[in-house]
Amino acid sequence: MNVLHFDNASFGYGRRPLWGGLTMDLQAGQFLAILGANGSGKTSLLKAALGLHPLMSGTVQVAGTPPHRGSTRIGYVPQHRRIDTLTPLRARDVVGQGLDGHRWGIGRPDPKRRRRIDEMLESVGADAFADRPIGQLSGGEQQRVRIAQALVADPLLLLCDEPLLSLDLNSQRTISGLVDRRRRTHDTAIVFVTHDINPVLPYVDRVLYLAGGRFRIGTVDEVMTSATLSDLYRSPVEVVRSGGRVLVAGVPEDSHHTSALRAG
Amino acid sequence: MLTASVWHEIFNFTNYGELLALVRNSIIAGVVLGVVGGLIGVFVMMRDLPFAVHGISELSFAGASGALLLGVNVVAGSLTGSIIAAILIGVLGSRARDRNSIIGVLMPFGLGLGVLFLALYKGRAANKFGLLTGQIVAVDTPQLSWLIVTGIVVLVGLLIVWRPLMFASSDPDQAAARGVPVRLLSLVFMLLLGLAVAISVQIVGALLVLSIVVTPAAAALRVAASPWLVPVLSVAFATVSLVGGILLALGGSLPISPYVTTISFLIYLGCRFLNTDRVKATTFFGPFAARWSRRSRSPIRVHRTG
Repeated sequence: MNVLHFDNASFGYGRRPLWGGLTMDLQAGQFLAILGANGSGKTSLLKAALGLHPLMSGTVQVAGTPPHRGSTRIGYVPQHRRIDTLTPLRARDVVGQGLDGHRWGIGRPDPKRRRRIDEMLESVGADAFADRPIGQLSGGEQQRVRIAQALVADPLLLLCDEPLLSLDLNSQRTISGLVDRRRRTHDTAIVFVTHDINPVLPYVDRVLYLAGGRFRIGTVDEVMTSATLSDLYRSPVEVVRSGGRVLVAGVPEDSHHTSALRAG
Repeated sequence: MLTASVWHEIFNFTNYGELLALVRNSIIAGVVLGVVGGLIGVFVMMRDLPFAVHGISELSFAGASGALLLGVNVVAGSLTGSIIAAILIGVLGSRARDRNSIIGVLMPFGLGLGVLFLALYKGRAANKFGLLTGQIVAVDTPQLSWLIVTGIVVLVGLLIVWRPLMFASSDPDQAAARGVPVRLLSLVFMLLLGLAVAISVQIVGALLVLSIVVTPAAAALRVAASPWLVPVLSVAFATVSLVGGILLALGGSLPISPYVTTISFLIYLGCRFLNTDRVKATTFFGPFAARWSRRSRSPIRVHRTG
């Protein structure tokens, strides 16, 4: 089934397009990684799919219909922001928000709801800290809970915006593994925005690389090459495959990063 | 002796039974405000709005003193001031930085207006002072019905928007993606907050509103994390402070506010000490806590910078 479909889509704020002419399909159970420099429009692509921001031209469809705000067909893990330590929510409450946080009223105790939340927490390995305050969990633990929150309403499509940001290597592996398992067990289509492809390298079906208003889409072998990225950035970029890792050097926008050679 | 007479002025329980009958209205008002202030305080803390509460209460004070000068209903004046402030802060200050500067601009202006109105007012001096520091003992029956109706409006409003407001206050991006009207809710919340502040100004006075709208919720957040327990505790703390303050103030000749603010503050202190979790207590215990609990502290550090 075609879960996400862009047809000649362009996106921008004001008059300047961030990217344009995007045509792509994402099938159920597929894993798409979106890469690109800061400000290349990765998050905007997710916003367009969520129906939070209209396209400048072209169309986007989710499971055959235009997206609308609040759709339960899409699970969304927004870019990580600090959760205050004094937030009056436990891990299980955060997951519960994914089910009915948008409904009016105060809600009432429901054993079926509770069971659903428990199952979800268990499936991401968060049952041990289900009753701990969310603000006291580590970054990796919080991210598991947020993924459970995004998945608890059983979406067809999961959009993750830099879910590995500021996580240690171990947590990066856990989170990527969780997302991959979900698409295998539930056939959920995955869109995974990341600045480093290596943690998800074993799982990725296709890569969408955005740079300077243009893009390339294809398998890792097609997109992550010196020729493709040099063409995309209009400047020489070196891609090295070494020991199962992809290393990218010479990306122009990266001058402010401390190391010249960066996994990309 | 001087100390004895001062003590007598602070605590005096002669003819307590008769006095109690006289303050029935005040106690009802105290309970209403306890429930409203305790509940709205939870969101004030989550949305980081204590400063806004202070700003709204100064404009509410201006409205109330204007009404006093014109000889119209003081509660209505205070509500008008509050709502104008709440709308201004809500519309102009959607980002935290803008919000704080707008409040910083509005607050002295409101206070200045209030001082002007009071200076022009030729009536009883107690009325003037009461608006700043509280006058609950003077709550008469028509005023009480205004307070109760406003309180019910805030309560019903809060219960209707409870879940989406909780969602929008803890994770606005995710809530927006789920279809929660985040901007609209934030305006609705500011309006409800304006109403709640207007009631509080009548009872504890413009300068001390924070002791009812912020302190009880801040105390509850120290000892609980469940979305049910925190509001319940916060309401209990606010109500105990208010009713306890009224009962203690009854015999003496002092205004009610110092009693209310002291009880409220002591509850907060108690909650900080009760809080067994050292991660939460680091700011209080400072370097000691850092030494005992380096392990539990580090994850917080990591994601604060992230």
